[in-house]
Amino acid sequence: MDWLTTVDHKKIAILYLLAGGLFFGIGGIEAVLIRLQLIKPMNDFVSAQTFNELITMHGTTMIFLGVMPVIFALMNAVIPLQIGARDVAFPFLNSLGFWTFLFGGLLLNLSWIMGGAPDAGWTAYTPLSSTTYSPNHGVDFYTVGLQIAGLGTLIGGINFLATIITMRAPGMSFMRMPMFTWTSFITSAMILFAFPAVTVGLVLLSFDRILGANFFEVAGGGSPVLWQHIFWIFGHPEVYILILPAFGVISEVIPTFSRKRLFGYSSMVFATILIAFLGFMVWAHHMFTTGLGPVANALFSIATMLIAVPTGIKIFNWLFTMWGGQIRFTSPNLFAIGFIPTFVMGGVTGVMLASAPADYQFHDTYFVVAHFHYVIVGALVSGLLSGLHYWWPKMFGRMLNETLGKLSFWFFIIGFHMTFFVQHFLGLMGMQRRVFTYLPNQQFDTLNLVSTIGAILMGTGVLIFLINAFVTAAKPKGVADDPWEDGRTLEWTIPSPPPEYNFKQIPLVRGIDALWKEKMAGNKSMTPAEPLGPIHMPSPTILPFVMSVGIFIAGLGFMFSKEQFSNSFMSFIFNNWIVVIIGLVITFGSMLLRSLYDDHGWHIEVEELEEEGVKA
Amino acid sequence: MMKRWQAVKRLLPMLAVFSLLLAGCGREDLSALRPQGPVAEGQYDLMKLAITIMIFVVAVVFAIAVYVLIKFRRKKGQTEVPEQVEGNFKLEIIWTVIPLILVFILAVPTVQKIFAFGDDHYNEKGSVQVKVTSHLYWWEFEYPQYGVKTAQELMIPTGKNIAFELKTADVLHSFWVPSLSGKMDTNPDGTINRFSFSTNKEGVYRGKCAELCGPSHGLMEFKVKAVSPDSFDKWVAAMKAPAVLPKDQALAETFKKSCLSCHAVGDQGGPAAPDLTGIGSRESVAGILLNEGQDGGKPVKENLKTWLEDPQAVKPGNKMPAPKDLGLTDEQIDGIADYLANYKLDY
Repeated sequence: MDWLTTVDHKKIAILYLLAGGLFFGIGGIEAVLIRLQLIKPMNDFVSAQTFNELITMHGTTMIFLGVMPVIFALMNAVIPLQIGARDVAFPFLNSLGFWTFLFGGLLLNLSWIMGGAPDAGWTAYTPLSSTTYSPNHGVDFYTVGLQIAGLGTLIGGINFLATIITMRAPGMSFMRMPMFTWTSFITSAMILFAFPAVTVGLVLLSFDRILGANFFEVAGGGSPVLWQHIFWIFGHPEVYILILPAFGVISEVIPTFSRKRLFGYSSMVFATILIAFLGFMVWAHHMFTTGLGPVANALFSIATMLIAVPTGIKIFNWLFTMWGGQIRFTSPNLFAIGFIPTFVMGGVTGVMLASAPADYQFHDTYFVVAHFHYVIVGALVSGLLSGLHYWWPKMFGRMLNETLGKLSFWFFIIGFHMTFFVQHFLGLMGMQRRVFTYLPNQQFDTLNLVSTIGAILMGTGVLIFLINAFVTAAKPKGVADDPWEDGRTLEWTIPSPPPEYNFKQIPLVRGIDALWKEKMAGNKSMTPAEPLGPIHMPSPTILPFVMSVGIFIAGLGFMFSKEQFSNSFMSFIFNNWIVVIIGLVITFGSMLLRSLYDDHGWHIEVEELEEEGVKA
Repeated sequence: MMKRWQAVKRLLPMLAVFSLLLAGCGREDLSALRPQGPVAEGQYDLMKLAITIMIFVVAVVFAIAVYVLIKFRRKKGQTEVPEQVEGNFKLEIIWTVIPLILVFILAVPTVQKIFAFGDDHYNEKGSVQVKVTSHLYWWEFEYPQYGVKTAQELMIPTGKNIAFELKTADVLHSFWVPSLSGKMDTNPDGTINRFSFSTNKEGVYRGKCAELCGPSHGLMEFKVKAVSPDSFDKWVAAMKAPAVLPKDQALAETFKKSCLSCHAVGDQGGPAAPDLTGIGSRESVAGILLNEGQDGGKPVKENLKTWLEDPQAVKPGNKMPAPKDLGLTDEQIDGIADYLANYKLDY
């Protein structure tokens, strides 16, 4: 119950991590099934239809429900601590964001047991995703589930923007903000602009499918290419929404374990902003073969290639952060170091893809599969695992086992390169992506076998991480405030795990790497910026959970509004929109309740704070 | 200094192996790395340029990374605080400018080729026009200049520019013959694409559908058969000759009734399903059951029987009804397979 009503950013972070772990696991199982099907030519391990459902759900789950929440978990756990805040700007909304995300994700995955998962690819190109060619409810689960989950992401993004703009500790100017906070800030801004685009697209697609509109129906004057534009105007920024926080993690971990400050801080900030800006300008490079014409192709080619420049700046800055430092090979740092070459390889193939005439060959082949897995798995997941190992002691008060951590790193990185490096060649040799099988004698057989073995190794690496998490959970709490000993930022100044109010007194920030600065000045702790006083806390509330349940019910009702059930009562309540209305009444009723009932929260009194201080 | 050169030396053999791998990669009739026509060659040149630049970048980053990781690991008992370097303006400018130059080197030929390949040759004199229409899950090729229509096997004359107009009859597909050219999507009316390629080498090339289009997306393959211009003309003439129907009168009736309502042979039948004229001399049945002469190929008749016995088992989700469900007996199916296997064109 405590967990259903919490509005504490640290607990919500753990909820995001658990939910993300759950969906990541589902997406991972789907991935392994995909690879098992492709282990040999003309395999019949799963059917063609099931395979298409697997690839669609694997992509959708991993992008929207797997890595997104883990990113949000880290952002929730770390940002308020890094900027010296007691919570996020809107704790109630933070909780609402999580629950809508979770119920959206659950709705999407319900499709597996409710008669057919979406099968039109995670990009859901029309007309394949129209009711004519995808007549079961799969794509409805996709559109409705993602709208609900996307709502949560948008709420979260706005919340972080507000938090970072308004709640930084005294002295923490924008140019003193830790890099992870910076990249999360830019990510949140990108969410603000990109997610409405996909939401609009999904709304239009549900209108087409459920209400018989003609936005994408050629017969009714619609355009399938329009969907591609809408999808990729969201879809390309999304890639940077995912990878920027990983950049942030790397920019925290590498300085800590090199005992050096980040090389070229201001150029890092500048590069991040530039990447975000360019990220919005290049969506059509996913559509070179759609036939946009040479002028569009040329412009989008060059714009895409330009992204290499700010990314290159980042890579060299990381390398030169380590230059002259004292590098420690802890498990978070191993993942961070592994990130760099992997990301470089994913990046250079990105530049190759940007060259439109060559992309006519690369597009929709395994070369592309290899490319984006290098970025999204090799780099992003490495970055997230690095961040999880790094902040685990802060989040849970327990150190992860280093031996298991290193073991999982080696399994993961070797397995990863085995899986995806060979796929570059598969693509160049003529294997298109999203094929459920392939004919023998095309020289695809060995490479596919290698790839599948690699996937199993990679899965083992992730399993070892899970075992590590469980083993660690059994150990007693009790790590130091600054367990890695070379912590540089504010989160390492408070106990692990932090008390619910985070900072007894808001610290005064005197430079970049606030804690490091105090350490170098010979101080043991931060100088407080305020006298000790009672701390105002928001009350826990069940309303966000109830609101999300309402949206969930309304979503299901909307999806099945045209369905003829065998049971006449079911048909009656669905076809007359009664289920939708019940769901919306629950949601809007909760909103009304929230508006009418004025909750002022509560205070932690000074005596209590002092008591706890003695205990610590 | 020593260690740096060692790192480079370690990379050199890797580079050599990499370029060797690239050159001999894949089948001649399938791999984008073994181009058989000028368009694919142009794209391959661009790929080689890009790969060279990228290997250079990766090598530099790897070399620096390896050097740093070896040189600057924390030694036992090391406790002093390293110098906290803020950054280096000159260095940062260098690694902004160098990538810009590299991008420029790649961008110039990219733009050149975009416009070169973007030219519309469809109405040019000497071009062979082909209207490609994609269906779930087969390809239709129409030659408007010759008044000929075929399916699954694109016949082209060598040395001539083949100019395509692409469209789809249902969902989006993508037309791709890797060894001759990159792919191009087949869109519905209103966004119809044109492009062209050519080859000077006779042979059979493998084509694929590259856009997810449903369960049998992976099986939506076709063949491109490049023959001499003379043979091509003969093929056109043979295609235009009156249809040959089964000799057995009863079988001919069954064939007309059950098959020709959708399929066509010569001047008879309907356009809803693949044209069967001369199917016996094609390289494959249904695009994926390879006939004798192709790697792992089986006799045509055997393939036709496999297909006719259960089309859904060969290509899940396709629109062909099982002949048995149409009331055909085993003998009739065998007879039709035999007739089609022997329906060959002389060219």
